[in-house]
Amino acid sequence: MFNLVIGQYVPLDSVIHRMDPRSKLISVFMFVVIVFLANNWLTNVLLILFCLGGILTSKISPAFLFRGLRSILIIVLLTFFLNLFFTGGGPLLLHIGWVRIYQNGLIQSIFITNRILVIIVMTTLLTLTTSPMEITDGMETLLNPLKKIKVPVHEFALMMAISLRFIPTLLEETEKIIKAQAARGSDFTSGSLKSRMKAIVPLLVPLFVSAFKRAEDLAMAMEARGYHGDFGRTRLHKLVWKRRDTLLLLTMGLLTVALILARL
Amino acid sequence: MEKIIEVSDISYNYSDDHPKVLKHVSLTINKGEWVSIIGHNGSGKSTLAKCLNGLIIPQEGSVHVGGFDTRDPEHIWEIRRLVGMVFQNPDNQFVGSTVMDDVAFGMENHGIPREEMVRRLHEVLRLVRMDAFADREPYRLSGGQKQRVAIAGIVALQPLIIILDEATSMLDPEGRREIIQTVRSLNKKLGLTVLSITHDLEEAVHADRILVMNQGQVVKKGTPHEIFKTPELLEKIGLDLPFAVKMNGLLRARGIAVTGTALTEEELVNELWTLHSTM
Ligand SMILES: Nc1ncnc2c1ncn2[C@@H]1O[C@H](COP(=O)(O)OP(=O)(O)OP(=O)(O)O)[C@@H](O)[C@H]1O
Ligand SMILES: [Mg+2]
Repeated sequence: MFNLVIGQYVPLDSVIHRMDPRSKLISVFMFVVIVFLANNWLTNVLLILFCLGGILTSKISPAFLFRGLRSILIIVLLTFFLNLFFTGGGPLLLHIGWVRIYQNGLIQSIFITNRILVIIVMTTLLTLTTSPMEITDGMETLLNPLKKIKVPVHEFALMMAISLRFIPTLLEETEKIIKAQAARGSDFTSGSLKSRMKAIVPLLVPLFVSAFKRAEDLAMAMEARGYHGDFGRTRLHKLVWKRRDTLLLLTMGLLTVALILARL
Repeated sequence: MEKIIEVSDISYNYSDDHPKVLKHVSLTINKGEWVSIIGHNGSGKSTLAKCLNGLIIPQEGSVHVGGFDTRDPEHIWEIRRLVGMVFQNPDNQFVGSTVMDDVAFGMENHGIPREEMVRRLHEVLRLVRMDAFADREPYRLSGGQKQRVAIAGIVALQPLIIILDEATSMLDPEGRREIIQTVRSLNKKLGLTVLSITHDLEEAVHADRILVMNQGQVVKKGTPHEIFKTPELLEKIGLDLPFAVKMNGLLRARGIAVTGTALTEEELVNELWTLHSTM
């Protein structure tokens, strides 16, 4: 049930793992933007090749990556078919009942699906190769200028880190509650949608109660350990920008130029 | 003996319409001792503990830690550094996403320079025997290991005293033993003062001194021998006596003349097998 790969760090030793989280964050952000430059076969193939390159250098097993992506496959397929059925233009390829598939529709849906897929793969790759702590540290440093206009950057970063830290704890707890309720005869897996929704309520209530209790305890523990905001705080992790980070950004620049040139 | 905590006549209630949770409590804690606080649920033990690091400021009376008054907001962070606290639930006090990050959290808060932080980090992880787990995420640790990480995070701040607020109550016997052993070795090796709040009288037996709390008051103070000399009081306030103390009572009721000083199974066994030897 809970085999999402997204947000799970895999500690390996690769160039990508060793890169500065800031360069990785900037790159993924750039990537998400420039993906929209791709509008023909050549540019789309370029994106795929870039992704494959990323996966290979990260040393993450492709099988592991794609197994984890299975759970969002439904969204990808939905986008594909919606575009397939509702985009017109070009010669009619197939006509069964009310379904008409046009050549342009087919090509467009392939392109759009490909864009979504490469975006998902790249962002997943980021979280697989960068620990949550690094991601939040990186974000905090990148957004640091916003502190001048009183945006609580540090607080947001800490909130994010703590949320990520508690995901496994809460999932474990959910599983425990499900089992406890199932032992009392509650059924989450069959019956009508309505009855299933009803079965969820006795699951959510204890989960929320315990989450609030945890939050209270955690706040107390943090205060006892001397947490008093960003003021006068030092850092264990020091972010160091190396040559490989500059190289990564250069590569991203190159990809952008290549996409612009190869675009129709 | 050097006093490090002095609580003088404190009273506290959570709000005006609640009854008083602490009533005129006074106590002192000396450097290097191991003090246990025992008492039934709701007797005010956790509230008292929170008064010691300034999480709660009592309405009456004062608390001094290492010479600082907890009412003085200027020294509150120093006080929190001097008084480390391990709470009951190992999951709800683990802030970092790895063991290393969690141990560093307190040091980061107190502005300890990075080089010093790294040095202490390795030192304290070795002390609690968690150095092999530095990169582990909390969900891949046992409860006992998480509590040891919490202890490491506190020891790294070089505190005067470590308070365990039922820190072993959610652990299995193995985890419990791990924690007690770890804290005991810190108590011996570094001279760290320990205040252990517990329901487990078997554990309290090993303390230098025991404070018994009931309904917001310290009703009895003394060495374990003094406390367990009158087990009736403990039973009356609903505490489960250690096995050896129960046995003493039962043996006496059957007319076997044990001295009643044995507090652990081992002491009792030794007393029993030498009972009739005349040499
Ligand atoms: N945040 C709070 N607000 C109001 N009342 C509280 C609060 N925390 C504790 N109390 C009350 O104060 C009393 C003492 O609680 P405290 O937690 O100090 O007891 P305890 O001896 O630690 O008990 P336990 O063994 O269950 O941990 C209880 O009656 C409790 O209901
Ligand atoms: Mg308590």
